[in-house]
Amino acid sequence: MMMSVALPIIVPLLVGALSVMLWRSHFAQRALGVLGTGLMLAVSIWLLADTWEHGHVVMEMGTWPAPFGIVLVSDMLAAIMVLLTGIIGFATAIYSLSGIGKMSEKFGYYPLLHLLLAGVNGAFLTGDIFNLYVWFEVMLVASFALLILGGERAQMEGAIKYVTLNLLSSMIFLTAIGLTYGLTGTLNMADIADKLSTVEDTGLVTVIAMLYLVAFGVKAAAFPFFFWLPASYHTPKVAVSALFAALLTKVGVYALYRVFTLIFNQEVDYTHEILLWVAAATMLTGVLGAAAHYEFRRILSFHIISQIGYMIMGLALFTPLALVGGVFYIMHHIIVKANLFLISGITFVMKGTHELKLMGGIYRTHPMLGVLFLIPALSLAGLPPLSGFFAKFIIIRAGIEAEAYWVVAVALVVGLLTLYSMIKIWAEVFWKAQPEGVEGQTHDVTSGPMIWMWIPVIMLALMTVAIGLYGEPIYQMAAMSAEQLLDPSRYIEAVLGEARQ
Amino acid sequence: MNMHSLILRTTGHFLLPLLLLFSVFLLLRGHDEPGGGFIGGLVAAAAILLYLFSMDTESARKVLRVDPRDLLGAGMVLAVISAIPGVFRGQAFFTAQWWEFTAPIFGEMKLSTVLIFDIGVYLVVIGSVLTIMLNLAEAED
Repeated sequence: MMMSVALPIIVPLLVGALSVMLWRSHFAQRALGVLGTGLMLAVSIWLLADTWEHGHVVMEMGTWPAPFGIVLVSDMLAAIMVLLTGIIGFATAIYSLSGIGKMSEKFGYYPLLHLLLAGVNGAFLTGDIFNLYVWFEVMLVASFALLILGGERAQMEGAIKYVTLNLLSSMIFLTAIGLTYGLTGTLNMADIADKLSTVEDTGLVTVIAMLYLVAFGVKAAAFPFFFWLPASYHTPKVAVSALFAALLTKVGVYALYRVFTLIFNQEVDYTHEILLWVAAATMLTGVLGAAAHYEFRRILSFHIISQIGYMIMGLALFTPLALVGGVFYIMHHIIVKANLFLISGITFVMKGTHELKLMGGIYRTHPMLGVLFLIPALSLAGLPPLSGFFAKFIIIRAGIEAEAYWVVAVALVVGLLTLYSMIKIWAEVFWKAQPEGVEGQTHDVTSGPMIWMWIPVIMLALMTVAIGLYGEPIYQMAAMSAEQLLDPSRYIEAVLGEARQ
Repeated sequence: MNMHSLILRTTGHFLLPLLLLFSVFLLLRGHDEPGGGFIGGLVAAAAILLYLFSMDTESARKVLRVDPRDLLGAGMVLAVISAIPGVFRGQAFFTAQWWEFTAPIFGEMKLSTVLIFDIGVYLVVIGSVLTIMLNLAEAED
């Protein structure tokens, strides 16, 4: 019995419950925040080691045998995602020490943080399609509450758009689950995959596949369902933005990867062609949206969308190398994007604004921060030797090998425009002088509790460099996950095992 | 909030203990028959709410004795903890564990982690409903 697969869900749930109990003590909540996410990071490393060794780790919850009960399944992709959740959760918890605000803590910031992490890990690890829906809802509830912490007008406006669109996506998801159940009589993903391969009505299967595409496309902020993201991600606390930017859309991408490799792999020519168009359109709209904006977090939000396009492109090309690239891209993107949002928080404390036009001169006063910004920014744009270069390189090479030249061209242009956006932020925030007529007051960010903001930023920047310089083990992990994704029979075998004989 | 209704206030006093007893009955009945922690918790919360409507928020808080947020936290901890004992017997999380013993008067009794989970749900429902309602009532005052 390998319990490592359940711990990444149990730990944040338990820590979250404890921190609800200790709601009177700010100190206890902060300590639990850091210790709890640290523990979660530790168990996710354990899970990765187990998965690396055994290939698939399966646990039948409550000892109800598959396909009747709910199973938790970890393959390499899920384990990698859980590890990244651990890293980002830990980084966010440390960052929050510096100033999430007593009010936010009073309204349950830390319990919600743990609940969100439990929801994200649950979505990564579950092997049951309806259970996946439940974890999505757990995430939605927690993220909605986190989004409106602070209760400003802009936050409410963003949160309403966010919740409406996500509820719509949940409805479509639920419809798709209903149709799947009607067709196969099961909710266990491995069992669905097993039974769908014998269904003769492939037309209906494709319709269901498209419903899933729309449902997860909204969650992942893919074209044309992306508009809720830039409307809401720039409004909450910076730590919350970073957490959302790193993890929430990636849950949608993960669900697409899971469903379109395990279950819907019969009509690849049709479904994955649509995915490829979605990927290209997502990349382009995201990066063009970013070019038009002059607010730090809005630019970053639009770049999430364009980067999602690269990940979907990896899935859509559906070759071994493309999937390696997609998984590599997800790993690189989560770390880099979280870091950029965290840095926007530091500059906000300094200047009191997110508007690029009102900022400037930070490189002169804090050259260190400039360097810390350039590492993830240039990595996002794909400059060697940083992590983004290898992520883009693998994907584009896979595109050329698959002879999808037009999408490769799109990807290259988008890479260039990403560089333009990052340089724009660099020039406006760090390089140019403080604009005249604007009060250039600089708050001290190198003493007191503000010190806590620097630790996760430096930690994540070091990781970005490390992925670039020592990419081999990361590549190995991505390669193993791609291999598993392309051979769903092993997943089915691991889950159903004896039940099939 | 105070409605100054003599009828409501008198019946509220009588109904409160009855409804609370009924909620515990529903909670325990829920294992094999309709009932359970969720519906039991709702009935208990409704009992306190009825008291709140007939009196005021202050006396409702007083009759509850503890802060609803503490109930919420304790319930969540209980529910999660009930998942763990199975692991020590080498089984998966959430595997139900049973303890049988004979008690005087009641005869043979069975206790299980399922009951702990249900009590957890019961407390979470009471805690969350009352946290929301008491805050709303206080905001209105």
